[in-house]
Amino acid sequence: MIKNRDTRLTIWLLIPVVLVLVAYVLYPSLRTFFESLQKDGSISFGNYQDFFVQESKTNLEALWNSVYISILSVLASALIGIPLAIIFNRYDFPGRSFFSTAAILPIVLPSLVGVMAFMFLYGESGLIPNAIKDLFGLDKVPFKIGGVSGILIVHAYTMYVYFYMTVSAAINKIDPSLEEAAFNLGANKFKVFWKVTFPLLTPAIVAASLLVFMISMASFSAPFLLAGGYRVLSLQIYFSKINGDMEIAATQSVILSIVSISFLLFMRWYQNRKDYRMASKGIGAHRSEVKNPLMKWVMVVTGIIGVLILLLPHFTILLLSLVPDGTWTFQTYPTVFNVENYRLLFEDPNIFKPLRNSLLMAVIATLANLVFGVIASYVLVKRKFIGKSFIDILVMIPWALPATVIGMNLIFAFNEPSVFSFGQILVGTFWILPLAYFVRHIPLVVRSTNAVLEQLDDSIEEAARNLGAKWFYTFRKVILPIIMPGVLSGTLLAFIESVGEFPTSVLLYTISNRPISIEIMNQLRMFNMGQAAAYGMIQITLIVIVLFISNKFFGIKAEKAL
Amino acid sequence: MASIKIENVQKAFGKTIAIDHLNLEIKDGEFFTFLGPSGCGKTTTLRMIAGFYYPTKGVVRFGDKDMTRVPPEKRNTGMVFQNYALFPHMTVFENVAFGLRVRKVSSSDLKGKVLDALRKVRLEKYSDRQVSQLSGGQQQRVALARALVIEPEILLLDEPLSNLDAKLRDEMRAEILRLQRDYKITTIYVTHDQAEALSMSDRIAVFNFGVCHQVGTPAEIYNQPANDFVASFIGEINLLSVQVKNVQQENIVVTLENGEEPVKLIVHNHTNEGELIQQNEKNLAVSIRPEAIRILDTVEKGTNILKGKIESVQFFGSVVNVMVDVHNVLLRVDVLNTHEFGYFYQGKEVYVQLPEKQLRLIPVISGDAP
Ligand SMILES: Nc1ncnc2c1ncn2[C@@H]1O[C@H](COP(=O)(O)OP(=O)(O)OP(=O)(O)O)[C@@H](O)[C@H]1O
Ligand SMILES: [Mg+2]
Repeated sequence: MIKNRDTRLTIWLLIPVVLVLVAYVLYPSLRTFFESLQKDGSISFGNYQDFFVQESKTNLEALWNSVYISILSVLASALIGIPLAIIFNRYDFPGRSFFSTAAILPIVLPSLVGVMAFMFLYGESGLIPNAIKDLFGLDKVPFKIGGVSGILIVHAYTMYVYFYMTVSAAINKIDPSLEEAAFNLGANKFKVFWKVTFPLLTPAIVAASLLVFMISMASFSAPFLLAGGYRVLSLQIYFSKINGDMEIAATQSVILSIVSISFLLFMRWYQNRKDYRMASKGIGAHRSEVKNPLMKWVMVVTGIIGVLILLLPHFTILLLSLVPDGTWTFQTYPTVFNVENYRLLFEDPNIFKPLRNSLLMAVIATLANLVFGVIASYVLVKRKFIGKSFIDILVMIPWALPATVIGMNLIFAFNEPSVFSFGQILVGTFWILPLAYFVRHIPLVVRSTNAVLEQLDDSIEEAARNLGAKWFYTFRKVILPIIMPGVLSGTLLAFIESVGEFPTSVLLYTISNRPISIEIMNQLRMFNMGQAAAYGMIQITLIVIVLFISNKFFGIKAEKAL
Repeated sequence: MASIKIENVQKAFGKTIAIDHLNLEIKDGEFFTFLGPSGCGKTTTLRMIAGFYYPTKGVVRFGDKDMTRVPPEKRNTGMVFQNYALFPHMTVFENVAFGLRVRKVSSSDLKGKVLDALRKVRLEKYSDRQVSQLSGGQQQRVALARALVIEPEILLLDEPLSNLDAKLRDEMRAEILRLQRDYKITTIYVTHDQAEALSMSDRIAVFNFGVCHQVGTPAEIYNQPANDFVASFIGEINLLSVQVKNVQQENIVVTLENGEEPVKLIVHNHTNEGELIQQNEKNLAVSIRPEAIRILDTVEKGTNILKGKIESVQFFGSVVNVMVDVHNVLLRVDVLNTHEFGYFYQGKEVYVQLPEKQLRLIPVISGDAP
C-alpha cells in the first residue's frame, strides 16, 4: 500500500534507477554468464571444464600470469608508495610540499598514452637505453623493457599513487600523542615506528593492496602494448573475441569477474570491520624538520630527480608530438621539431574526427552519468526502502568488473534486439560506446555524489519543506546547489576518463565512429608516433584543465576526486 | 495562530515504540515545553507536529483541522532546528527570504518583511553575510528570523540553545521569549534543561520512555509532581517509601520502615490522595523538597520531628546543603546561608522537621525507586 507522498516519491525516483541498473548492469552480466554455459548448442559447464583442464593450459596460464603480475605490482607499488608517503608526511625539507603534490603526477597520464610513453622511453629503441648506449659507447642497449618487466614498471609507475594517497591520509590521522606516549615510555625511534606507527598504518596498506591487486588484474592497456607473447586473462578475452570464440570469451569473462568481485567483497568486509582508528580532536600533521644539512640536500636532490623521472613520460609525449611523421625513421633521435601534428589535428577533418567523436561520446555518457548519479545517489543516501543493499551492490558492480568484461557483457546483451535497447541491435551502432562509457563510470559518479550527500544534514531538506517548499523545489533550490561542486568534480573525472577510454572502446568501436584511443592505437601501428602523441597531449591538457577547475572552483584536491 | 490537539497518538519505529498513548492540548498563543531525558520521544512528537513523521496511530489537529497526514510544506509551522539547518549556499537575507519566495511574495513586500524580521532579531546589519561567517548565536537568530518571517501558526523549537555557551544561552532565552510575546505565537519548545523549562514556559509536559507523565504549569510540576519520576527529574527531592496506616479527613498517617522500629509520619491530605492510595496500595512514597525541611537544635513541639545526625555539609554559596541521617535514611536539606560559620558540622546531632503540608504522597512508578 502506498502510504503517503514521500513513499510515492521514493518509488518514482527508484523506478528509473532500478530500470537502468537492471538493463545495463545486471542483464548484460547475466547474458555473459548464460553465454558461458552454452557449449555446442546445449547448456553445460563444459566451457569451465575446458578452461581448467584444457591440454594446452593457455587459459590457466593466463589466469596464473594475471595473478602473478598483480602480486608483483602490489609489491612494487607498495615499495615506492609507502616510503614516499612516510617521508613526505613526516619530514620537512625545502620543496617538500611541491614534491608531495608532484607525487600524484602519474594520474595526469591516460593509461594508453602512459604505456606509449614508456615504450618510447625505455623500450628497444627507447630514448633512455639508447642515450646510455651512446654516452658510454656500448655496442648494444644496456636494458630495455618489454613483457613482464614492462607491464610491471608501468603498473608500479601508475599504481604506487594509490599506496601513496591512502597511506598519507592514514599518517595524518594518527594522533601524535600516541607516538609521544611511546617515546615517553622509553621506546626508541625504531621501536616506535615498528610497534606503534606501522601497526596503525596496516589497515590503509591492506586497503591499498587490495585495490592495486584488483586494478592490475583488470589492466588492459599495458599488456596490450607491452605483453608480447605473454598471456594475461584480460587480454585473452580480447583475443577470444577477435577470433570469434564467443563462448570462451564469456567463460574467461566470468572467471575474471569472479576473481574481481571476490576481491571487492573482501575489501568491503575488511573496511567495515571495526578497526582501531581513533577520532581524537585537533590532530595536525607533525613533521620533524631535517636538520643535518647533508641529509637535507640529499633529500632535495633525490626529490628533484624523482620528480624528473615522474615527469619524463609527460615530456616524452610532448616531445614526440612535436616530431612530424616521416621525419624520424632510422635515426636514433628525432631531428625535426614543429607543430605540424597539431596543425593537422585541427585542419585535417580525418584526423580531427576521432577527437570530435570522443568528445561527443564522452559528453553524452557523462551527462547521463550526471543525471543518473544524482538521482541514484539521492535515493540511496536520503531515502529508506527495502532492497537498498541490493541496489548498492548493483551500483558498485561496474567498478569491480574489469573494463574488458563490461565490454563483453554489452556485446552479449546488445548484439541482438532486446527490450532494453528498444528492440534495436546496439552493437555496431554509435550508441554502444557512450553506453559503455556510461556504465563504466556509474560507480565513480554515484560514489562522489554519495560523499557530498552524506555530508548534507537531513535537517537542511526538512527546514526547506517546513518553510513550505515542495520536494522538487527543495531539490532544485537547496540540495542541488549545495552538492553540485562535489558532484561536478566526480563527473568531470568521468568525462576525462571517457575521452581516453581504451579497453571497452577496442571491443566495441565501429570504423565510422572511432574514438581517440583507437586512433592512437592505429597511428602507433603505422609508426606515426607524432600524431599519436599529439592526441595524447590533447588528453593530458584536458586532464590538467579539469583538475585545475576542480581544485580552483570546487576546492577539491585532485587526490580527493579519486 | 492555532491550538494543537494530539489525540491518542502512538509512533512506532519498527518494533520500538517511541511515543505511546499521547494526549495533549496546547492552547492558542501558549509557550509550551516538552521536557524529558534523552531518547524519551520529545523530538519524535515535535516532528509529528511538523509533519516529518506520521503517527502510527492517533490524530494531530491544529484548531479543529485534522493535520495527521498533511505534508510538512502545507502545515505553516516555523521550525528552528537544533543545528539551525541554515542553507549554507545562501546569504543571511536569502535564508530568511526562502519561505517568502516559496509563497511567491512580491519582491517589494519580500524585502521589507525580511529586513523587518532581521531587525526583530537584531541582525539587520548582517543581511549580506554568508551564514558560515556568523557566530553560533547569530546563526541561531537567523534560524529564528527565517521561521518567524513566514508568520507561521505554530513555532517549533528543538533544543535551540543546546549548542550555545551559558551566557549566550541566557541572552537567547530572553530573546525567544520576547519574540514569542511580540508575535503571540503558539510555541512548542523542546529541552532537557529543567531550569530552562521552569523559567520560560506557560506549561510543561514531562516525558519519559515515550510516555507523558504530567502536564502543568511550572509551579504545579515542581510543587505537585505526579509521580516519583517527575519529582526526581525536576529539582532535588527526598523520596521516602512508606506504608499507609490510616486515612483521615485532614491527615494521612504513614510509617517509614527503614530502621529497627517504624517511624510514624503525618502527611497532609491534599485532594486526591484517597484515590491514589486505592490505586497504588504498595508503591507509595512521600516526597519533600530539600528546602522545605527545617533543621532544629532541640526538640520543639510539633509533628514530624525526627532525631538525626549530620553526615556531610556542602557549601554552595547562597545555599548550604546538609545531609542528615535520620533512622538510616539520608535526607537532603537545603538551608539558606546565614553567614554564620561552623554552625553545621559533620557528626552534629540535630532534629529535623518535615512540615506536614510540604509532604506529598506520590506513586512510585520506576522499578528501582527508593
Ligand atoms: N527515525 C527513527 N528510527 C528509529 N528509531 C527512532 C527514530 N527516531 C527516534 N527513534 C527512537 O525513538 C526514541 C525517541 O527518540 P527522540 O529523538 O524523540 O528522543 P528525544 O526525546 O528527542 O531525545 P534527545 O533529547 O536525545 O534529543 C529513541 O529511543 C530513538 O532511538
Ligand atoms: Mg531530540
